[in-house]
Amino acid sequence: MAKFLQFKRLRQWLLGLCSACVLTQALAQQSLTVAAFPAVDEIVRAAIPTWKRLHPGVDIKVVSRQFGDHHTAMTTALSTSFYLPDVMALEVGYVGRFAQGGGLEDLSKPPYNIKQFESRYVPYAFAQATNRAGVVVAAPTDIGPGTLLYRTDVLTRAHVSEAELTRSWDSYVDSGIRIKAVTGAYLMAHARDMKDIVIRAGIQPGEGLYFDSQSNVLVTTPRFVRAFELARKVRQNKLDARVNAWTNEWSEGFKRGTISTQMTGAWLAGHLSNWLAPGTKGLWRAAQLPENAFAAYGGTFFAIARGAPAAHKSLAWEFIQMMTLNRELQLSAFKSQDAFPALLETYDDPFFEQPIAFLGDQKARLGWREASKKIVAVSVHKQDAFADEVINTELDKVLDRGKDIQVALADAQRLLQKRAHR
Amino acid sequence: MTLPKALQLSPKWAPYVFVSPFLLLFLVFGMFPLGFSLYLAFQSWEPTSGLSAMRFVGFENYAFALQDEWFWKSLKNTGWLAVVSGVPQHLVAIPLAYFIHSSFKRLRNGVVGAYFMPYITSTVAIAILFSSLFSTDFGLINLGLRTLHEIPGFGWLVPAEAIDWLNDPDHIKPAISMIVFWRYVGFNVVLYLAALQTIPKDIYEAATMDGAGRLQQFWYITLPSLKPMIFFGVTLSVIGGLQLFEEPFILTGGRGGSDQSGMTTAIYLYRMAFDFNDFGAASAMSWLLFIVVAVLTYLTNRAFRPRDSSV
Repeated sequence: MAKFLQFKRLRQWLLGLCSACVLTQALAQQSLTVAAFPAVDEIVRAAIPTWKRLHPGVDIKVVSRQFGDHHTAMTTALSTSFYLPDVMALEVGYVGRFAQGGGLEDLSKPPYNIKQFESRYVPYAFAQATNRAGVVVAAPTDIGPGTLLYRTDVLTRAHVSEAELTRSWDSYVDSGIRIKAVTGAYLMAHARDMKDIVIRAGIQPGEGLYFDSQSNVLVTTPRFVRAFELARKVRQNKLDARVNAWTNEWSEGFKRGTISTQMTGAWLAGHLSNWLAPGTKGLWRAAQLPENAFAAYGGTFFAIARGAPAAHKSLAWEFIQMMTLNRELQLSAFKSQDAFPALLETYDDPFFEQPIAFLGDQKARLGWREASKKIVAVSVHKQDAFADEVINTELDKVLDRGKDIQVALADAQRLLQKRAHR
Repeated sequence: MTLPKALQLSPKWAPYVFVSPFLLLFLVFGMFPLGFSLYLAFQSWEPTSGLSAMRFVGFENYAFALQDEWFWKSLKNTGWLAVVSGVPQHLVAIPLAYFIHSSFKRLRNGVVGAYFMPYITSTVAIAILFSSLFSTDFGLINLGLRTLHEIPGFGWLVPAEAIDWLNDPDHIKPAISMIVFWRYVGFNVVLYLAALQTIPKDIYEAATMDGAGRLQQFWYITLPSLKPMIFFGVTLSVIGGLQLFEEPFILTGGRGGSDQSGMTTAIYLYRMAFDFNDFGAASAMSWLLFIVVAVLTYLTNRAFRPRDSSV
């Protein structure tokens, strides 16, 4: 009898333990994990009060890592289906890469049906999240419309106008020659910047950067030849400072005024103002890229992994809708973190017309808004990252060793053909 | 006080229980990655699609790696860096250890500590420090060279223009080699100092009485006695040199530098996996690198084996 009582007590105790476990698990389920990188993590944290008003019982846990580490962690998590967050922030380059596999939820299908909101997003950003099979793997939250930032004081000394700078690529380079001769300042940080934008100019909708839809290599086409020729002209006239972005020399060049222009995403104006070169306030202006080229420099998306906890997916989708379709939150991220909105409904906000003190009270956001509507999405190929590396290598050989452009591009073509179908 | 019987460990199982923590960790963090990498080397895999997306492709990844120009380029870079950074480590460490051993008494530990310091310093800190030292316009190394150039008579020795150490393909490898040499020479000094302390003093005393000078003592007593430690040190340098990753990775921003001049095989296979999404080819390359390391270690062993084992 005593043994029976003991067993009964043990059974009750075990049942109690199990109930506690289930209860703990149930409570733990009321937390949504969002993996992000700076400054998207800050934007998500700032949105938590809005989320809590809608879902008081569901916490948001932000897992923040540095940019590279975050995307490596997401690659690993997707490959093993372990430690997958409920929502992951992805930079545009990774959206393209991840869209090649089947690791992300197709948001065009029920219960998500993102296509009903398609007209509310900037068209090129939505297209960037759509792969060749029509699968929409992510929702855009911010974009990076391309712009030409230039030092107005340097241009004034060289008697170069904005119109001369932006009329065509040739007039841009010719302006650089005058700037260098009069002021000694470089036109750009690196000749590679010139190549990067010219190979993106004139791409037709749906066409890839390095490969077409049949994986044929495109690097010997005229846009690559012209990009290489212009970059070589820049180097031959010593118009580039030969420094890479995000290095000490790069920021010093901005601070000292030795780099007079930078083709970049609109977000760089915020970085210059906040920490790269705050002392140059009022000396910079923004213009459209030369020769009416419109290109995107970066952009952020939110995605849901197929392997993420199924019970959280509807909440995750609600969170993504809140982050990408809520006008107030999109504008708040724009004002606090220079995250240019991907939501078209924000574009009539008076904030766009406010002058930017760092840019000499220029109403630059209007130009960026205009550019964002004209950018064409570029189709992504799984070998784009490798192709980028190969093209940069061949450009270095042209610039530093005098390699013939046709030979360089033919060598790149040969190397890429071996990989195109891997 | 005795433990309850249920908690007592039988002598039959005790060894297994005691060895199990290590064994478990070794299986999880040692054996499993090895086995998984070998398995991956025969698969084609789009990693972001999950583990179920693997497809068996036989030796296709190995064939691809062996025909890949960049793989061979990375092997050449690795060999160059291993030789240029590795050989001077020993050529400097042996005489330096001998000098410290014979000349320093009270200050010896301090001097050894100073040489050993780079070895225990974080690679990231070292790479950041050297990135600023090697800076083209604002770096101390170019400033020193410029100053040297301006001294009458030294102008021909150093170039007039600032050297672009980390972007010019001709200068990336020497810059990386300098750092690797600086970092590991102290480690080798400690190895050789330990070996020097095992050589009996009477041999030196007898040699001194026979009239041998310091150079002769070094050549005929110290060097032969150090041979086993040289074998150990060279083996470590061969393995470490062929797996070189951290220093060039950080110095070249993780890309391997202009024209991939600083891209070692370890960096390339990392990039193949995480930048170019080709885990299968990356795993195949890692096993090819393992074969190279194994062959060179065997050859090192052969080179240091006693010629006449009967003596």
